[in-house]
Amino acid sequence: MDILNALVLLGNFVLIPALSYGSQLALGALGITLIYGILRFSHFAHGDIMAFGTMVVVLVTWLLQGWGVSLGPLPTALLALPAGIVATALALLFIDRSVYRFYRRVKAQPIVIVMASLGVMFVLNGLVRFIIGPNDQNFADGARFLFTVRDFREATGLDEGLGLRVSQVITIITTLVVVSGLFWFLNRTRAGKSMRAYSDNEDLALLSGINPERVVTITWLIVAVLVTVAGTLYGLDKSFKPFTYFQLLLPMFAAAILGGMGNPVGAVVGAYIIALSEVGVTYAFRKFLQYLLPESWAPDGLVQLLSTDYKFAVSFVLLVVVLLIRPTGLFKGQTL
Amino acid sequence: MNLRNISMFAIMAVLLLLVGFLQSWSVAMGLLNMCLISAIMALGVNIQWGYAGLFSVGTMGFVAVGGLAVVLTSMPPVHEAWAAGGLGILAGLALGVLTIVGAVQVWKRMKPGLARTLTLIAVIVVGFVLYRAVLDPAVDAVEGTNTAAAGYLGGAGLPVLLSWAVGALLAAGVAWVIGKVSLGLRSDYLAIATLGIAETIIAVMKNEDWLSRGVRNVNGLPRPVPYEVDLQNSVAFQGWADWFGLSTVEASSLFVKLCYAVLFIIVLAAIMWLSERAWRAPWGRMMRAIRDNETAARAMGKNVTARHLQVFILGSAICGLAGAMLTTLDGLMTPGAYQPLRFTFLIWVMVIVGGSGNNWGAVLGGFLIWFLWVEVEPIGTWLITVGTSAMPADSALRAHLLDSAAYMRLMTMGLILLVVLRFAPRGLIPEK
Repeated sequence: MDILNALVLLGNFVLIPALSYGSQLALGALGITLIYGILRFSHFAHGDIMAFGTMVVVLVTWLLQGWGVSLGPLPTALLALPAGIVATALALLFIDRSVYRFYRRVKAQPIVIVMASLGVMFVLNGLVRFIIGPNDQNFADGARFLFTVRDFREATGLDEGLGLRVSQVITIITTLVVVSGLFWFLNRTRAGKSMRAYSDNEDLALLSGINPERVVTITWLIVAVLVTVAGTLYGLDKSFKPFTYFQLLLPMFAAAILGGMGNPVGAVVGAYIIALSEVGVTYAFRKFLQYLLPESWAPDGLVQLLSTDYKFAVSFVLLVVVLLIRPTGLFKGQTL
Repeated sequence: MNLRNISMFAIMAVLLLLVGFLQSWSVAMGLLNMCLISAIMALGVNIQWGYAGLFSVGTMGFVAVGGLAVVLTSMPPVHEAWAAGGLGILAGLALGVLTIVGAVQVWKRMKPGLARTLTLIAVIVVGFVLYRAVLDPAVDAVEGTNTAAAGYLGGAGLPVLLSWAVGALLAAGVAWVIGKVSLGLRSDYLAIATLGIAETIIAVMKNEDWLSRGVRNVNGLPRPVPYEVDLQNSVAFQGWADWFGLSTVEASSLFVKLCYAVLFIIVLAAIMWLSERAWRAPWGRMMRAIRDNETAARAMGKNVTARHLQVFILGSAICGLAGAMLTTLDGLMTPGAYQPLRFTFLIWVMVIVGGSGNNWGAVLGGFLIWFLWVEVEPIGTWLITVGTSAMPADSALRAHLLDSAAYMRLMTMGLILLVVLRFAPRGLIPEK
């Protein structure tokens, strides 16, 4: 029995990775849920606009690195982030004006707008690959670790160590800042309240003099911030590859639906649940159990529930189970 | 079929002929074969979306199941693998199914409450442990046998044409399970659920080496048509080739592609005939009624969920059939090659562009979009070469643009979809 070592082990391989992955998903899922709440359609181009924003950040980061600019221990990408956000906001507003606005005017069925977002998905998918190519791009620089597994071991004298990467710390702090900023905005400012009112009851909001186009514009601006930050953090944590971002669509949607579409709190909670189960189900628990169980009980196998390639299945199965038991999601949907 | 529609198909035929004259007849025949398969996939999606308004984006999964069916039907069985762990795997799978059935029964039969939750968890945990305990050693045994050439159970060694029917049936079975679970969901939830299903099916095929050899692929699948080499060695065929004035190599490749084309046309014609009959029949009218107003149809006493399940299975079976045909044409099964953009969303573009709710439209869409998907790349390369010809030959930008020409096709597809949705939302051949 060695509870401390077991917990450190679990922390290093499951909890911290899940926490940072969950934070990245949460930012993405918040965007999906906001778009659903205000514009009332499932935004299939979400993964690709995320790739677009991150691509701009990567390019600007390379430019800055070329000029010799750096933030010391922090990644240069943080300096490039505003440029990425501006570019993404412009792109989203352009897409909205040229594609989605028409369908809002003719009051098209949501499913038609979803089709249009499929078209946008194709274009962005091609555009990103056209500009930066389909391969892995590394743009992380600065210090890699806040403290490594070895530092931790030496400091505490435990057998197991806990490493904390700079990208993980940045992810968690940034997510805290962005999410609390978003909730403050939605609950405390005039614009935020008008957004919630619009989401809650469109006609009533129109009658009270809320300008729908303004609400839509604000939504896209917020989405631009969310996706660019989420994409950049994911890229710093792992690496930037357009196809991976496209694949993030599924866990992000699963998180948003799990929490209840249109509900920001739900999206955040859903994201952490998805992340924790993805990492947990694919982690081999043998060493963890060895610390906890008496020697004779120690398992022979890896005690890995599923191999890592099944992580998409995890978000999917969770999604279906929750929808069957609680069709509205964990938190009731349609309330921004 | 009015004059406008006929002329659109004629233009399509001219485009294919142009490829034959400008590029080569082999390329044109290859294109035609893929166009035929795409048209069948588009018909499958059209039945789900055009007939019943189901927004399912799991097409890739069913196409892959069809591909797997070819392996399971036509490859010779690997006897040593069966001896090593075949029964163990079957027993393990049976235990897995029993666990799920047991869990569903517990959920249905027991009263809601703590007792049910606990029993349910107990059934699932015990079932899962047993399943893994039986399956894992058998899988290791199977995958350990002769990994270079086999390491999987093989198939049933039956004629490959039979696998097309098996592909359809297998896809229908998978669709039944998925439909049971997810068809009660709201439309956009169904989309995400089916997207997840498709990814899961691909993950299974990539991982379960005993079933499909995973990423090591299965190649050398049997063919329903003669092999080029045999043709080239046959004296009679050499005579034919000379008569047409072609080299034997070229003639044999063309002949094989022609055989495939004939098979595919027969399948497409049969499905087309059946789809058109269904569309005109009372069943088709009922489907459209459900699509256009679910509540009203329900009020008329139609069982909407059952009809949705039925149409979901039918459409998926057609996609499975097309998937089996595709794998047969390729002669190998590569689970890694299934990409959602190519096998799900591209098919959707075909249906929307062609005209959802119209079978002829879906077929035309399948032909046109596949043609563009293939031909946009050389056209894009040519455009960029011409457009950048003023730049110096060693310009980095020019090299980058030329390298990236392949991605023009994604942008083109997106733009086509957006333009059609905006200006001709009913597609090229609208629903009657």
